[in-house]
Amino acid sequence: MSQDTAVYDAAAEFHDRASFSQKMQVLLHKYPWLSSIMVLGVASIIFSFFNENFLTPSNFSLILQQVAIVGAVAAGQTLIILTAGIDLSCGAIAIFASMTMAKLVQGTPGAGEPIGWPIWLAFPAGLLVGMLGGAINGFLVTKVKLPPFIVTLGTFNIFLALTLTFTKGTVPSIEMDPFLLTLGTYVNIGPFRVTTGVLFMFLMYMVLAFSLRYTAWGRHVYAVGDDIDAARLAGISVNRVLMSVYIVAGLTFALAAWIVIGRVTVASPNTGGNLNLDAITAVVIGGTSLFGGRGTIFGTLIGAIIVGVFRNGLTLAGVDLYFQLLAIGLLIIFAVSVDQWIRKARK
Amino acid sequence: MSKKPILQAVGITKAYGRVIALDGSNLELFPGEVLAVVGDNGAGKSTMIKCLSGAETPDEGQIILDGQEMSFKRPQDGRHAGIETVYQTLAVAPALDIAANLYLGREMRKPGPLGSVLRMLDTSGMRKAAKEHISALGIGTVQNIAQAVETLSGGQRQAVAVARAAAFGQKVIILDEPTAALGVRESRQVLKLIESLRERGMPVILISHNMPQVFEVADRIQIQRLGKRAAVVTPKSHSMNDVVAIMTGAMTVDQKDQALTSVR
Repeated sequence: MSQDTAVYDAAAEFHDRASFSQKMQVLLHKYPWLSSIMVLGVASIIFSFFNENFLTPSNFSLILQQVAIVGAVAAGQTLIILTAGIDLSCGAIAIFASMTMAKLVQGTPGAGEPIGWPIWLAFPAGLLVGMLGGAINGFLVTKVKLPPFIVTLGTFNIFLALTLTFTKGTVPSIEMDPFLLTLGTYVNIGPFRVTTGVLFMFLMYMVLAFSLRYTAWGRHVYAVGDDIDAARLAGISVNRVLMSVYIVAGLTFALAAWIVIGRVTVASPNTGGNLNLDAITAVVIGGTSLFGGRGTIFGTLIGAIIVGVFRNGLTLAGVDLYFQLLAIGLLIIFAVSVDQWIRKARK
Repeated sequence: MSKKPILQAVGITKAYGRVIALDGSNLELFPGEVLAVVGDNGAGKSTMIKCLSGAETPDEGQIILDGQEMSFKRPQDGRHAGIETVYQTLAVAPALDIAANLYLGREMRKPGPLGSVLRMLDTSGMRKAAKEHISALGIGTVQNIAQAVETLSGGQRQAVAVARAAAFGQKVIILDEPTAALGVRESRQVLKLIESLRERGMPVILISHNMPQVFEVADRIQIQRLGKRAAVVTPKSHSMNDVVAIMTGAMTVDQKDQALTSVR
């Protein structure tokens, strides 16, 4: 008799546990960004135990400045991943754009013939280079019908090669145009002291979030990533949507380049070598599915901040750089496992 | 008896490479009727539908809608002309909600500068209208219009696709194997939807493999064989066995015994 009740109790307990995890699954399925918020909260609390300076406005200002560049690139990357694509060339486009801006203003010292364009011409030219890079990716994806992974793996190398050819491998001199340094200037907001680059990144996120959530274009981006055939049969010009996504993403990469110049005060082909993978990491940790159609742009912002918080928190806790890499790696695998688990939830 | 067809295909020919899918086939759809198109695999049913809806352009022949010759190049062209098609593969985006799917590709914008300058979607307006469309078809089982389509059953998803066609189809609705992937109860739901479309006077073309269903809802049955129209019969004039016999070529029907004009 007592054995029987024990079995029943065990069964009941098992049932309770299953229903709790199911509830979690359903909740996270509905609000995918919730899991990244939770990771951010828990990580911040844990890091604050190791170092009392962690949870201070000045430290968070620092984290945000470190996050601004990757965050801006990841914003464009999110658009592309939402359409079930991927852009491995995002960092290369950003570097290409930053070099274009800086070089057109300063000329090419190595070649001995300064170009010396005015800034109002050189800056838009840099943005145009970003959009053009995106357009080339978009053309190869929509018209030549190659997988985005292959396309951008190719263009990553091509854009990098073009940048090095264009600059003859030289780093521009230190005298940078003041306009290009705009996003490196500081502003105080309450106890926080951040660069305008951080605010600019937030602005980018707000514009993209609005477009994704409140316009037909945004809805079509999700529909194309969700089920491309259904989107086509519903009368959406699938190629036009994809093309626009790659071009807008290219523009965000070029704007990220502007933040890069503001932060490091020089344009160099060597900055941002890890931008490609860091941006994808932020998107994935932010809960956007690599299979497309699922995720939010704010999730990516949180994802980028999580990576920044981990790097910063581990540094303050005195953890070796190698172990920081290890932690980020585990974080990615954790994030994708959670994503897979959430996707299984039905109703 | 002298009703004019709302949609007519004359001598449609379509070849894919050396395979001739349609070989000078005809079709007439009369106002207010349900026309079933049946045939073995490769008889040209799907190609005929694709030509009528604009998904394919025929090599030869004419498509006449409401007395006017049409030249469709894309699915959007057929849709603009008033022909809505529900495809065999469920053409809904699973992660989007019911209202978003209903209005996918023709979203409504907010009135005023919010819509024209900021291009904001009128989400609540679309939800409200979607609810009306869904309930107009008597699909009461959907509780929440803001529910993601992936949370619905197969029948409910198909109902969303049919509701979309019914909401926007001005002249003709084409259903390509709407019950192929559905269970018995869900099929019933879709058949009821077809009935309610007919009650509203909407002409429907139904492609199906399921003979009992065809005999239940169709006014006339067009039988395709080897890319041509083999015969047009009614559920009253011929039995299911006859139809299968015509489909396989074991039986032919004289022109005078066919139902080539409206029976409604």
